[in-house]
Amino acid sequence: MATGNALTISQLSHHYGQRVAVDQLSLEVSAGEIFVLLGPNGCGKTTLFRVLSTLIPLQTGAVSVCGHCLRTEPNAVRRQLGVVFQAPSLDKKLTVAENLKHQGRLYGLAHQPLQQRQTELLTALGLEERVQERVETLSGGQRRRVELAKGMLHRPNLLLMDEPSTGLDPGARADLWKYLQQAVKQDGMTVVLTTHLLEEAERADRMAIMDAGRLVALDTPAALQAAIGGDSITIRTAQPVALAEAITRQLDCAATVLDGTVRLEQPQGHYWISRLVEAFPDEIQSITLGKPTLEDVFIDRTGHRFLADVE
Amino acid sequence: MPSSQSTAAAPVIATLAQRELVRFFRQRNRVVGALVQPIMFWLLFSAGLRSSDLGYAFFFPGTLAMILLFTAIFATISIIEDRREGFLQSVLVAPAPRWAMVLGKIGGGATIAMLQALLFLALGWLTLGLASALGQVVAAVLLMVAIAIALTALGFFLAWRMDSTQGFHAIMSVFLFPMWLLSGSLFPDVPGSWLTWLSRWNPLTYGVAGLRHYLQFDGAAPALDALPSLTMCWLVTLGFAVLMLALSWRIAGTRTTGDLL
Repeated sequence: MATGNALTISQLSHHYGQRVAVDQLSLEVSAGEIFVLLGPNGCGKTTLFRVLSTLIPLQTGAVSVCGHCLRTEPNAVRRQLGVVFQAPSLDKKLTVAENLKHQGRLYGLAHQPLQQRQTELLTALGLEERVQERVETLSGGQRRRVELAKGMLHRPNLLLMDEPSTGLDPGARADLWKYLQQAVKQDGMTVVLTTHLLEEAERADRMAIMDAGRLVALDTPAALQAAIGGDSITIRTAQPVALAEAITRQLDCAATVLDGTVRLEQPQGHYWISRLVEAFPDEIQSITLGKPTLEDVFIDRTGHRFLADVE
Repeated sequence: MPSSQSTAAAPVIATLAQRELVRFFRQRNRVVGALVQPIMFWLLFSAGLRSSDLGYAFFFPGTLAMILLFTAIFATISIIEDRREGFLQSVLVAPAPRWAMVLGKIGGGATIAMLQALLFLALGWLTLGLASALGQVVAAVLLMVAIAIALTALGFFLAWRMDSTQGFHAIMSVFLFPMWLLSGSLFPDVPGSWLTWLSRWNPLTYGVAGLRHYLQFDGAAPALDALPSLTMCWLVTLGFAVLMLALSWRIAGTRTTGDLL
């Protein structure tokens, strides 16, 4: 695997009629990275995924995959890509082996390498016993693993996955990540996946946060959390607006109201807790101190809560 | 193979066509329905319209056309299922040429149609006794292949932009079924009537007429004078097939909202 960028996106915009789904988005993903695109539902990440996977045309901007231009060399780009869709793409009437056979031929694999690769992938994914079974008889988690095998069959340089954890229980999700990390290490593959799950994004090498079609953050998860610069303090109270104003005025620190709670971010949060409780003993019902999470990062960058955990 | 090119077309066509056949034979009710329905229609039309002095031999070519029409059409409804079940999206992002995908899908559907038509032809041979020479039977089979391809491609073209099979059933009853009724399959030719005039504009008429030319049954002497010439039958049928393939290829290059399920 050559060094350099597996994926370069510059100034990509996508419109559905008047509505802007992706707005002037630029980012780069280096070879060998696991890159997560985090955002709430409707933020434009699935649109971006469809453009990158060549399912819908590139409207404005430029995309390059492993040095191939999406606009002028779509088939070269398609060869580099492995695509795992959010919706199932397996033929349920066919067996696991038949699904993989058709996929292999669509990518021009000859019989022998196809067999070899199939055995290798199914063994790694713990599906070797199921190879002759029809997909309709498999469980949801097993089907997702077959989807993954299908996407990786032709040894893509860049694996695109749209919400791969959909429908997976936490155990299966952890297995998926373990397997992805192993494949990245062994084959030098690059992974770009979208998710609306905050805890999933934390496992990424680097991540981007999308909101309303724009990129609002781009860094490693740890750096993004560190950039918040302190602890986050959340106060429950009967009158949040009044309390936030009072804190801002009396203690000279910016407090904001979010979903009926007062929030502030300060270094050395424990010191602020005692100050706050002493200053407003009657108003505060409860007060919590937390290390910044990706949700705090999201709130910090967008000014609103991450309302995504509804499927 | 250089990495910048698309996949070789032949394996793509073969694999997609094979998938159609495997899927067809795994859905047993589809197989049974496809076999029983035309035989039933043939017997019913022939018996029910006995008063018009038309026999089993008269309705035979039309029933063949019906088998080709319905099987081909049902086979292409599967493009809607492929889209809904998500299989199509992984085909669309593969580096395979789009025309190879179209040919694979149409080839598979047309093959299913031909398998049934051949079975039915064998049934006719056994029950009615064919008076045609072997060469004529071979020519009839080749003409059936052209008809099957044309009709499957027609189905593909109609189905590509649809997102529900219900929509396709509507098209079927207002467009495809009348197309069969007006093909000379069911009603004998009455010179000067508007029915005949309409059927002149129906490409399927020429397919059915060609089959009437080729397939002669023992003891039945059909009136061939009123039919279009064999050359005409071939020209129109081949033209129909080429046009439908071209339209399918064109439409498969367009994207529909159904891709985005």
